[in-house]
Amino acid sequence: MEQKILDIRDLKREFVMGDQTVRALKGITFDIKAGEFVTIMGSSGSGKTTLLNILGCLDKPTEGSYLLDGVDVKSLNRDELAGLRNTKIGFVFQAYNLLPRTSALENVELPLFYNKTISADERHKRAIKSLESVKLAERFDHTPSQLSGGQQQRVAIARALVNHPVMILADEATGNLDTRTSYEIMALMQELNAEGKTIVFVTHEPDIASFSTRTIMLRDGKIQKDSINTNQRSAKEALANLPESDDY
Amino acid sequence: MAILNLLRIAFLALQRNKLRAFLTMLGIIIGVASVIAMMAIGEGSKQSIRSSLSGMGSNMITIMPQSNEPGGVRLQGSSIQTLKMEDITAIQKLQSENINGLSPVVSTSGQAIKGAYNWPTTITGVSTDYLNIRQLKLKDGILFSERDVKSFAKVCVLGQTVIDNLFPDGSNPIGQIIRFKSIPFQVIGVLEAKGQSNFGQDQDDIVLAPYTTVQKRITATNYLQSIYASATTEASSDAATVEITRAVRESHRLTAAESDDFQVRTQAELINTISATSSMLTVLLTVIAGISLFIGGIGIMNIMYVSVTERTREIGLRMSIGARGQDVLMQFLIEAILISITGGVIGVVLGITSAYLVSFLLNWPIMISESSIIISFIVCAITGIFFGYYPAKKASNLDPIDALRYE
Repeated sequence: MEQKILDIRDLKREFVMGDQTVRALKGITFDIKAGEFVTIMGSSGSGKTTLLNILGCLDKPTEGSYLLDGVDVKSLNRDELAGLRNTKIGFVFQAYNLLPRTSALENVELPLFYNKTISADERHKRAIKSLESVKLAERFDHTPSQLSGGQQQRVAIARALVNHPVMILADEATGNLDTRTSYEIMALMQELNAEGKTIVFVTHEPDIASFSTRTIMLRDGKIQKDSINTNQRSAKEALANLPESDDY
Repeated sequence: MAILNLLRIAFLALQRNKLRAFLTMLGIIIGVASVIAMMAIGEGSKQSIRSSLSGMGSNMITIMPQSNEPGGVRLQGSSIQTLKMEDITAIQKLQSENINGLSPVVSTSGQAIKGAYNWPTTITGVSTDYLNIRQLKLKDGILFSERDVKSFAKVCVLGQTVIDNLFPDGSNPIGQIIRFKSIPFQVIGVLEAKGQSNFGQDQDDIVLAPYTTVQKRITATNYLQSIYASATTEASSDAATVEITRAVRESHRLTAAESDDFQVRTQAELINTISATSSMLTVLLTVIAGISLFIGGIGIMNIMYVSVTERTREIGLRMSIGARGQDVLMQFLIEAILISITGGVIGVVLGITSAYLVSFLLNWPIMISESSIIISFIVCAITGIFFGYYPAKKASNLDPIDALRYE
């Protein structure tokens, strides 16, 4: 019995700019089940970012319904949305968005500071476990400036995992990285997915999308294509097949 | 728990910018330190003025005659003859707890003569309470007794200036006979030197004798120039004034329609007048120091605004991982309060140190009051809240979407 993590029905989002209305999303319907690895693709202006904001509970739809893990997002206020982001969503950004001059461990602990039910002790334990799961166990006390781009992104992924979210929401998470590091991150994503994490990955690179189990193509605020990836590539293999010259 | 988390978040955020946090604090540090130092110096000088004034007897109450006739020729108080011994008896009859000393004052000036030396001075006829009322002390010998008062004894107590002029050879004046207006007086005591009063009067140019002796043998009068009394404490002098006024009015048989034919003055009034001047000075100094504290507060606001703008992405991130507007507001507010309170603590220490330094190097009297510390501390916390609130509010109202994408 597969549980629906996301349930989106006829989602619309309109922005009023002066006297004209911009329709960014024109009615989108899809759902995502637990354990799926979905990439959302689309060119710029396709409504990708708007959809991501709504999926991430940063924005609310103008029309239609959005159920996240059974909670109707539309009925929540600002603070309740913050609570939902804290417990149900793990964000991974293109620019990592780590706090500067702050250790990796403290960066990972950050979301738990906003969860009143978690003690300092547990916060610490969970952060360590989370960093271990992204294979950065030896770099607890490194600040972002002492880490490479790939390592910073892995700290960000550890931060996304620390609250045990129902869904990891990645926004162009490989956009700032070279091919090799991107593949490393995707390998990590695939590993997490294999462990049962639901991942929604927004990207514009078809290469990256081929590592997921399902791809949703957006165009002009509508779903153009929603297809299951029959031949999912393994990021680990892709990494192994990269020419050596990349690695000097 | 939640507040502890927020404190930790704010503390970590400040730690990331140690130098800037310190520079922001500097305004508060200087402000608080100067408030405390200025108040310590101001209070100190006020206290020293007070203590030199109370050397004259801070509980002293003076009752002087005064004309109550609005018409006619107005006479000087000392030539009005309304105060009598009966007034003293009337006040004594009160047996008031607020009054612990009472002495008539009859004085006349004249030449004191001892052998070849003479000195123009004033003889003051008083009762045995007088020394306590004026806070005078005997250096040598004794004061005349009640018996001497009753028997118009020709004995006297001399001040240092009189002794210096009548006994320039330094011989012991006790037991010697001096003459005042050709009446011989035996010297039975010597007063401790008091120096000049605050008004430049020589307080040692004094000859004290029983008032009866002065009235009967020198002035040949039966009225009093004034009456000195002392209140039990400085605080009770107002109550004592009221009681004395009532008793003297009764003894003078004044009807309710008639105004007082005497006036009652307390030393406390004088002290208050003078310390009001020095209080004003303290207030002035404190206000100037307060302005620097205010400027320190503006410094905090400025830095917090810069900080909010600079950390827009951080705010966006915090919001995206679950910080509510309120959490962000509290974080920035606590940062501002932490800055101002830490600055306040350092400022208090620095202020106390510099006050002591001033008293040590310049030998100025200082007086550090707890209230000045508490007040400047509260002002600090309020400054933090007041100047931290607007930047914090601005931060908490940011839209996470815009904040995350802020370049």
